[in-house]
Amino acid sequence: MNVTEDSTEQCGNSLTRELTQNPLKKIWVPSSTNGLPERHISQRKVCMTNCPTLIVTVGLPARGKTYISKKLTRYLNWIDVPTKEFNVGQYRRECVKIYKSFEFFQPDNEEGLKIRKQCALAALNDVRQFLTDEGGQVAVFDATNTTRERRETIIRFAEQNGFKVFFVESVCEDPDVIAENIVQVKLGSPDYIHCNTEEAVADFMKRIKCYENSYQPLDEELDRDLSFIKIIDVGRRYLVNRVQDHIQSRIVYYLMNIHITPRSIYLCRHGESDLNIKGRIGGDSGLSARGKEFAKALRQFIQSQNIRDLKVWTSQMKRTIQTAEALGVPYEQWKALNEIDAGVCEELMYEEIQQRYPQEFALRDQDKYRYRYPKGESYEDLVQRLEPVIMELERQENVLVICHQAVMRCLLAYFLDKTAEELPYLKCTLHTVLKLTPMAYGCKVESVCLNVDAVNTHRDRPSNVNVLRTTEDALQTVPPHL
Amino acid sequence: IACLCEKGNKQNDLFSDIQNLQMSSKILVGKCSNLTLIVMVGLPARGKTYISRKLTRYLNWIGIPTKVFNVGEYRREAVKHYSAYDFFKSDNEDAVKIRQQCALAALRDVKNYLTEEEGQVAVFDATNTTRERRDMILEFGAENGFEIFFIESVCDDPNVIACNILEVKVSCPDYQDCNKTDAMDDFKKRIECYRMNYQPLDPDQYDKNLSFIKVIDVGRRFLVNRIQDHIQSRIVYYLMNIHVQPRSIYLCRHGESQQNMQGRLGGDSGLSTRGRKFAGALAEFVEEQNLKDLKVWTSQMRRSIQTAEALNVPYEQWKALNEIDAGLCEEMTYEDVRERFPEEFALRDQDKYYYRYPSGESYQDLVQRVEPVIMEMERQENVLVICHQAVMRCLLAYFLDKSADEMPYLKCPLHTVLKLTPVAYGCKVESISLNVDAVNTHRDRPEEVKRGPSILIRRNSVTPLTSPEPNKKPRMEGLDDPIIREVTPAQLTLCSASHTTLGCLICPALSSCFS
Repeated sequence: MNVTEDSTEQCGNSLTRELTQNPLKKIWVPSSTNGLPERHISQRKVCMTNCPTLIVTVGLPARGKTYISKKLTRYLNWIDVPTKEFNVGQYRRECVKIYKSFEFFQPDNEEGLKIRKQCALAALNDVRQFLTDEGGQVAVFDATNTTRERRETIIRFAEQNGFKVFFVESVCEDPDVIAENIVQVKLGSPDYIHCNTEEAVADFMKRIKCYENSYQPLDEELDRDLSFIKIIDVGRRYLVNRVQDHIQSRIVYYLMNIHITPRSIYLCRHGESDLNIKGRIGGDSGLSARGKEFAKALRQFIQSQNIRDLKVWTSQMKRTIQTAEALGVPYEQWKALNEIDAGVCEELMYEEIQQRYPQEFALRDQDKYRYRYPKGESYEDLVQRLEPVIMELERQENVLVICHQAVMRCLLAYFLDKTAEELPYLKCTLHTVLKLTPMAYGCKVESVCLNVDAVNTHRDRPSNVNVLRTTEDALQTVPPHL
Repeated sequence: IACLCEKGNKQNDLFSDIQNLQMSSKILVGKCSNLTLIVMVGLPARGKTYISRKLTRYLNWIGIPTKVFNVGEYRREAVKHYSAYDFFKSDNEDAVKIRQQCALAALRDVKNYLTEEEGQVAVFDATNTTRERRDMILEFGAENGFEIFFIESVCDDPNVIACNILEVKVSCPDYQDCNKTDAMDDFKKRIECYRMNYQPLDPDQYDKNLSFIKVIDVGRRFLVNRIQDHIQSRIVYYLMNIHVQPRSIYLCRHGESQQNMQGRLGGDSGLSTRGRKFAGALAEFVEEQNLKDLKVWTSQMRRSIQTAEALNVPYEQWKALNEIDAGLCEEMTYEDVRERFPEEFALRDQDKYYYRYPSGESYQDLVQRVEPVIMEMERQENVLVICHQAVMRCLLAYFLDKSADEMPYLKCPLHTVLKLTPVAYGCKVESISLNVDAVNTHRDRPEEVKRGPSILIRRNSVTPLTSPEPNKKPRMEGLDDPIIREVTPAQLTLCSASHTTLGCLICPALSSCFS
């Protein structure tokens, strides 16, 4: 086994524990040989407090609350903060099977009010369960929460349960933005499944009116002791009050960097490399002949797309730079986009890894996301390394990122909301460009194959991941190579 | 040694084209990067200079050439002797003229810095409390193509203001002949002179199209308007994370390790006997300091964790705090490196900050890696960081405002704790040796090394010319491409900072690549 023990450990201080290296993550931990729990150490995670956070959206309908909730949830999960959103509208749709009209939302509709309150409470109950029992770290309570009274209820709930509260209010009076929101996400909602566009829009506008009269926006004075961010006019201006901790600071930074201007993100790998052909991982080789062809094809593809102000990013490895060079446009090199460091396995073939490090090979198959190569990195490390790239991608508009297999998987997982389990097995084939276009609450993906042959470098998870498996079992899913 | 480019036989090689690019890259980088003028706004004693200098220190550390232009200093040059607050009365015509001239002189220097001296950000530190003054600056910015970003500090808490005055005003050159009470008194009257004409930034009407951040009550609240680009976004993030609570930061290395004793670089060995003794001494030291809520951070390397273990308190492991990756040179002694990779060895001495170990990292890479640690340290209060030599140098350079040139030679001996306490505009440093012997791992800058005309950047590719096969990463064929002779240090600074990101901008070859 690859457990390294510190056998020379002899210390005057008898409380000093021996260290062992966790074979999967290569993290040194005190060995709990005497049964004492390892309470003393922790890996640097984003959320170091034991205090879960409840994010509460505030705002009239069609102000982007659900858009923000979903996007923020996706980001937090990607950086390994277990987060979940709770949309009260969905609870309401469960409760009231058929939506009739805006009248449900009228402030004097007692029946409606009762149901809506119950739904809010049901959602809060689920929030409590997620944060207290299910190991959740952040819950996003997505509803209008436009009255101070409602917000008071939530604050009391949070206090009782030991949650921190952070409000995210979206304020917008631009009729164009609101109209666009309605078109993008409201018309297609289950509420309006039986309406035509005009009817739906008319009804929705009346729905907004129902909230307007009782809307009490967060106030600099009255709410000065609350922690919140007020987003005004889709990010033109922000008011930030009393940020309490690291996670709130990260959330504010994220919210201040996202935008909704239409744009596309293109992700692809470098052209096929010499090491790819030989079935070797990592290294820093140049493009093969087919790889160079791909680079030319990529140039043509980009030109045909007629993209306004395209930014091109590469890693600092030769194969991505060579690919970008063929495009004939300025490009930026990011060290952060370098391929995952395979440590001692750099430039080996899978067969060689199996031969020299069979346990490592098996461990990797057991938990590919968290597995760290000896003297190398894990996917988990990669995500941390790539976070500034994601943040900058959010700020930018049209971008082409020429990177590597593992890196592309991480970026793709962020955009397509894939879990840590799925991430390392996402298919990112050579010579294929993925065009991502943000749409409604998610991302449209178009896969464009540029018709230049290349080896397959994708290795699926084999069925036998046991450390004692045979070589044949281990190499079951290795793709063919020279 | 300086010339490591293989010319000739690889005419079609893509990389030879890059050499041509470097000539033009400077111009293009300059064009793409936004030159930014940060303009402070606020009554006296609101922390403008504090923010200016701290922000400048941070920006320089992450590789963005930044400089502060404090108009008060220009005024002290012009008016050799400060008499009393009357100077600042708005009806004191002579004084008004002088102050205006000082502001213009400072702006002239700003222009020079940004256009001639390769600066990227200038911080114009003055009260700038009137619309008239700010309009003048906006015009200046427009004429010269500078992006303008205002930072306004608004505070009405009398305690905070009194505290500021005591910390930095009372001891300033203006008041060197006064006692504290008189100084405090005069300064308060000085503030009143400004208050009457103070026009705060107005996000709703007059200033709604400007880019700015209003810092209210020392960071309790922020109003952020129209962030235009990456650098402004980073500045806002930074300002939202700093605080002024008194606290101390303790930096030290792990205890002496077995590899230290053998004079080897890097690796992941455990503590030597003396190292363990240090860990015990550190535990005692920490207890003596009697700190409220000390956070302890380590890297993920064994020697740093072992050291923390001896403290018997909770600690957090950060991969970002791992020692600089020496790549192919890991676990070698310096003599080994000199023997096996002589040109690498020499290169490193030529420019230790930018030099990247083959398949490893540079100090410049380290700064990028360690930046989130700095950001979190700013948020925290009392912190003890148990790290490594190169990492500690990076952190120290940030706190003590050391340049990229000085950073790799800062002295961070084993078994010594540095206690940093923010005070006034800087940091007080106390060096505490815990009296446990250890080897010395410090290598001074060699005297006989002259700086070559150009610095070599290494990507991740490895091409030591005379090396025997290294044991860890066997070289494959086709990797012996020429190392690129690239830009001068000044160009590099621009390059590494990057106009918007931490990448490095390269522009396309003039000729097509695949002929």
